[in-house]
Amino acid sequence: MTVGPTAFMALAGVLFCIGLFGALTKKSAVMVLMSLELMTNAVNLNLVAISRFMTPASMAGQFAAAFNIVVAAAEIGLGLALVLALYRLRKTVELDRIDRLKG
Amino acid sequence: MPDSVAVVPFVILAALAVGGGAMMVLTRNVVHAAFWLLEVMMAVAGLFMLLSAGFLALIQMMVYAGAVSVLVLFTVMLTLRRREDAERSLDLSWSAGLIALGVFVAVGAAIASFVPPAVVAPAVTPGVAEFGRALFTERALPFEIASVVLLIALVGAVWWAGGDDR
Repeated sequence: MTVGPTAFMALAGVLFCIGLFGALTKKSAVMVLMSLELMTNAVNLNLVAISRFMTPASMAGQFAAAFNIVVAAAEIGLGLALVLALYRLRKTVELDRIDRLKG
Repeated sequence: MPDSVAVVPFVILAALAVGGGAMMVLTRNVVHAAFWLLEVMMAVAGLFMLLSAGFLALIQMMVYAGAVSVLVLFTVMLTLRRREDAERSLDLSWSAGLIALGVFVAVGAAIASFVPPAVVAPAVTPGVAEFGRALFTERALPFEIASVVLLIALVGAVWWAGGDDR
């Protein structure tokens, strides 16, 4: 028995929605960033699966996934640096206590 | 290169990835969540191997399982004042669940109506050598731009996270 592209796309959809749920619900900034990483991983999995089954010779999706990993690494580095800077200023990483702009 | 992949490793790795993701969202401890995220990253690296993308599996292990999880753990430990602060409330909400479920239904409908085109697979699976050759010839410009992006992100992260004495 074998599986084709649809199973990988469904798996990536499930992972993406778990990450989306985490990013929307969590109140710790670090947990939100971890959920974002889960969503990025789901997108990368989708890109590689489509590349494997649609353009196996040119590997177009694999290059897209590689550059996506670069951007995601930059994002998590900057995001966690922001969390550290925020912690130094406000002594908290709870997102609902960072409400200075609240009217 | 075969037209499809074996089902048994796919089911095992998919269960590891989905289970790890669910545990990451449902665990109360931030440190435990970081380790569940690491488990998901390793399962996805295995899925990349299954999709004959060996180089990406290597990058996944080095960047995500290596660097990103260490970075996340460092940030967790630098922003916790006491050991008990790692335990948090679950922060679950119905509205967020409904949004995620709605996105999943939309994505699922799109996948269900998707008809894969007939593609002739090449006789030999392209490997790391072909990937590297294309990366340094036809995709050399995005490769260089990616290095500039990483350099700027490095400088920005050091600037933001650096000390107060400036």
